[in-house]
Amino acid sequence: MISPSRDKSSIDISFLLNGSSTTIEAIPTTRLSEVLREVNGTRDVKIGCNAGDCGACTILVDGSPVCSCITAVSQVDGKKIETLSGLAAKDPVTKKLSQSFLDHGAAQCGICTPGILVAATALLRENHSPDEALVLNALGGVLCRCTGYRKIIDAVLGVEPLNAAVSSGVGAAIARLDGDEKVSGADAFGDDVAPPGALTLRVIRSPHHHADFKLGDVSAFVDQTKGLALVLTAQDIPGTNLFGVIPGFIDQPVFAEKTTRFRGEAIAAIVGDAHVVNKLDLSCFPVEWTEREAILTSGDAQEEGAIRLHGDKNKNLMCTGLVQCGDAVGGLEVAFVKSSGQFETGFIEHAYIEPEAGYARRIGNRIEIYGCTQAPFMDRNSVASIMGLDPSAVRIVPTSVGGGFGSKLDLSFQPYVALATWMLNKPVRMTYTRIESMQSTTKRHPSEISLEIGADKNGKICGFNFAGTFNTGAYASWGPTVANRVPVHASGPYSIENYKAVSRAIYTHCVPAGAFRGFGVPQSAIAVESILDDLAVQLDMDRLEFRIFNALENNKPTVTGQVFENSVGIRACLESLRPKWTDALEQAQTYNTKAEKSGSPLRRGVGVASGWYGCGNTSMSNPSAIKSGITRDGLICLHQGAVDIGQGSNTVIPQIFASALGVPIDQILIKSADTDITPDAGKTSASRQTFISGNAARLSAEALRGEILRLTNCPPDATIRFDGSTIIVTAAHGTERQINLVSLKENDNGYVLSAEESYDPPTEPMDENGQGSPYALFGYAAQMTELSVDTRLGSIKLLSFTAAHDVGKAINPVLVEGQIHGGIAQGIGLALMEEFIPGRTENLHDYLIPTIGDVPPIETYILEVTDPNGPYGAKGLGEHVLIPTAPAILNGITHACGAKVRKLPATPERVLAEIRISNKKEQANG
Amino acid sequence: MSGSEKISLQDALAALADKKMPILAGGTDFYPGLMDGPAPYPVLDITLISGLKTLEKMNSDWRIGAAVTWTQVVKAELPPAFAGLRAAALEVGSLQIQNSGTVVGNICNASPAADGVPPLIALNARVEISSASNVRVVPIEQFILGVRDTALEPDEIVTALLVPEFPKGTISKFKKLGTRSYLVISIAMIAVTLEISDAGIISNVRIAVGACSAVAQRLFALEEELAGLKISKIALSGSVRMDHLFGLSPIDDVRGSGGFRIEAVREILTRMLVDCANDGGPS
Repeated sequence: MISPSRDKSSIDISFLLNGSSTTIEAIPTTRLSEVLREVNGTRDVKIGCNAGDCGACTILVDGSPVCSCITAVSQVDGKKIETLSGLAAKDPVTKKLSQSFLDHGAAQCGICTPGILVAATALLRENHSPDEALVLNALGGVLCRCTGYRKIIDAVLGVEPLNAAVSSGVGAAIARLDGDEKVSGADAFGDDVAPPGALTLRVIRSPHHHADFKLGDVSAFVDQTKGLALVLTAQDIPGTNLFGVIPGFIDQPVFAEKTTRFRGEAIAAIVGDAHVVNKLDLSCFPVEWTEREAILTSGDAQEEGAIRLHGDKNKNLMCTGLVQCGDAVGGLEVAFVKSSGQFETGFIEHAYIEPEAGYARRIGNRIEIYGCTQAPFMDRNSVASIMGLDPSAVRIVPTSVGGGFGSKLDLSFQPYVALATWMLNKPVRMTYTRIESMQSTTKRHPSEISLEIGADKNGKICGFNFAGTFNTGAYASWGPTVANRVPVHASGPYSIENYKAVSRAIYTHCVPAGAFRGFGVPQSAIAVESILDDLAVQLDMDRLEFRIFNALENNKPTVTGQVFENSVGIRACLESLRPKWTDALEQAQTYNTKAEKSGSPLRRGVGVASGWYGCGNTSMSNPSAIKSGITRDGLICLHQGAVDIGQGSNTVIPQIFASALGVPIDQILIKSADTDITPDAGKTSASRQTFISGNAARLSAEALRGEILRLTNCPPDATIRFDGSTIIVTAAHGTERQINLVSLKENDNGYVLSAEESYDPPTEPMDENGQGSPYALFGYAAQMTELSVDTRLGSIKLLSFTAAHDVGKAINPVLVEGQIHGGIAQGIGLALMEEFIPGRTENLHDYLIPTIGDVPPIETYILEVTDPNGPYGAKGLGEHVLIPTAPAILNGITHACGAKVRKLPATPERVLAEIRISNKKEQANG
Repeated sequence: MSGSEKISLQDALAALADKKMPILAGGTDFYPGLMDGPAPYPVLDITLISGLKTLEKMNSDWRIGAAVTWTQVVKAELPPAFAGLRAAALEVGSLQIQNSGTVVGNICNASPAADGVPPLIALNARVEISSASNVRVVPIEQFILGVRDTALEPDEIVTALLVPEFPKGTISKFKKLGTRSYLVISIAMIAVTLEISDAGIISNVRIAVGACSAVAQRLFALEEELAGLKISKIALSGSVRMDHLFGLSPIDDVRGSGGFRIEAVREILTRMLVDCANDGGPS
């Protein structure tokens, strides 16, 4: 350990790993996590941050939980190490806990699950029946971005799960079908699949927001660095050195050529043996930088004479969006009450616990890429374009995805490993560091919104004028989608006759902003729902009743003129909150009266907000295809290409398929996304998978079922049963017929019966005023929160959430609740603590996301106002869950203490400043 | 020699005298500081040196060995004067961080936001510094010199913290303000130690504020005013004035502005003194 006398600094280190004696050779200060994963192969130990900030790598050393990423391997010599894979196999405490996690849906994407389960095992060994406070303390060091933690708490406390499923099809709260791997440590994510000996790739990135650069003698650098196989730069790209996601906006280079436009932009990559590449000091890379003036805000970018990021974009305006109907200005002029405000939000980081990772290999003249993604077919087409290949020469095989939330829709590691493996003909892997992930992958758009709303004396909204500017960063990514979606959704789920909403997306020298759960709609909801509270107070109307009064209804047009006959669910959501709302208001008043008397600085508040969200792409074709088939052996195969990023499509799509086919789910063999095996089910975004891929699965099952009924000449209500190579079909009147599968002819896929069906939601284009039918269906939500404000410190304590969601039909109620909880947790982060500042908050200790101690108890009301377009009436849910959360919190803060925070996050400092302003106003008025 | 062998303090210090090396203890600051880079080697690993893992009473002092973790502080049976340090220990990062991170490492890292520093200042802790040729003891306030800067020479390590015994009835408190529940770096933190005589008089007082200046600061002016008062009398609201906070020079950063930090300190400290008065019992 001290000044080793031999040259080689590696030493022998022995420990007991999951019960087996192990001796490895390593440099003593090597991170234990690295040794456990790469030497011992215990890849159930996940690395999320490499800095002790996320806890994903938690293991037990002599029974105590520690982060293995900040533990020197030499420090465990002679000690006992337990990781999830060992515990889940042998430890009775962990086994029971794992089952409880499945029952509660406490694992979603599963990347934090090993850390959580290990930490919880340590707690439960010490204390068989801990209370909630002990659970929080035990798990406070493991971050989860999917679940909102409440299901985890329930699972550890061992409370009763939702009603056990009585069936396995639509409506059943079954455990997720891919859950066993997640709770046993067997699940393989992007960094878990590379073959031994794969070369490692690292990207060289710009340290400046805006800079010119000159590469030095790159070939000399390769020659001088032993073990380095290759340096890649823009010159090496055989196809087009550009990628993007929206036709007409493909503007981001894989490698910058002369100029970098944001801090973290790639200019080159190095490839070689892992032990060389990982240890290389990248500051030695031969490049000369000339830093240039950078524009970091959309305001500066729109100044006259501002530097243009992209030659043809005057004032850096990327694109605009507009929806208008009636006469917004005229409506405001005649309003009885009006309120207006300016709102500001910053970049928000997705902060999935799995950084981007994967590997590629070349098979003949094809490239196969294994790794985390939300959009396999888009990846395939983009990589093909970059590589100058036909899309059929690229195969994308998604691994399990450790959270996505929108950012894994865009390319990250894929083009780099593809190019390297193509040139070297060896497998090449890449894993983003946390800092690299935060610097260079897309974020939620910062917004500057100005809004005015007016209402007549009855409280009917009569004028609405919204303008939002979104900082889209250096490249387009999903910026055009944000600009499109915001004007459609800014109205909220309300009936508004005089409406105008414009949006603009502006280029700056910041990290590209792209897709993040809600595509700009959460930002607009913050503005709208805050102003609605203001109006209700001015009108002396109850804030919930004001919303119910203005709620969109069946057969009334939306602001784009679209009319839904029987599927508008917002009123049902809002009305379901009434009893809780009334109680909460009373309790807050009682509390505050007492607090005032006693001199306590604490004040209670209650906030409510609504949300709606159109499922699928905006006025664009976005079909999903699902294939299914039956083999001679009677195996039912479902080719389910809707990538499960934790939200549950691996479970929900099969549930729909099983119901439509009329068989129990455990008879179905699921083949998950793989561009060679599954047809294109589109991307996992826009809350579209349950709705669109769900419909494709239903159609595929119905086609298969139709064929079976046709072959047996049985009526539609016949039951189908599989028994080995025989399908037994029984008509309602008892007639039984059989299909002998062996007698049927096999197709090229090895199926004797098969069906591939596609579903594309019916939408219509919008005209120049944004009038049209952009979405086939919307989902609706209303959430309320009770909270407490410390009026002398500005700190907020959330006490409860009540979330009412119209999901049309809950295909799986436990997964629905999981989505709601997770969305609320992200909304809490947006409201109270999160802001990504390029160059300043590029890690998970400066960028704060909610911990297990920050999410209060959540009660969910699942409402089912079915939509005729949805499979079994189901609507999407994934993004709706986040939209009402932040504004409900802000409205609760205003109710508690008068503070109107309009620049997020609502840090204690900002809340306190607004309390002072509110108090001054009150004094001036009083 | 095997890197995992326990070694004697003497051998470790001799090795350090021979060759300057980075020092590793719990790793909770060491590894994040590498920004994903490879760990240096050789290092002097404090946790492998024999005799530094104990937290015990020695003569008139409590001795916190250099390898003592935060969890050890939480679990040890310590007198009430340690309540503030224990509260700080429970707010260091997370359980995982408390299990690995050491108290001494926290002061050697010399971050302005180090959770351990204000309570150790309030406990009048001294720092035992050893080299191959010498052992010296300095007050903690003379040990931390600035941001990431300590009085350690390249051939020295801290071998222990020494905390004096406080009289019975000493009140000790710690509070930290952050924007989330766990794993959070302070906006501001305060530690208070009040020695109370049998007659309920404050005989000795130490108040230290962290994250509001390069090095945690004592509030001497306030300490002077409080000394000699009856404990029950300090519960008057407004007992902390802005001029008591002279000497704090908080910076503006992503966690909060300097102005807000000062306001927060004043409010939290006022509340802590009320709590102290309540703990001190009726007059």
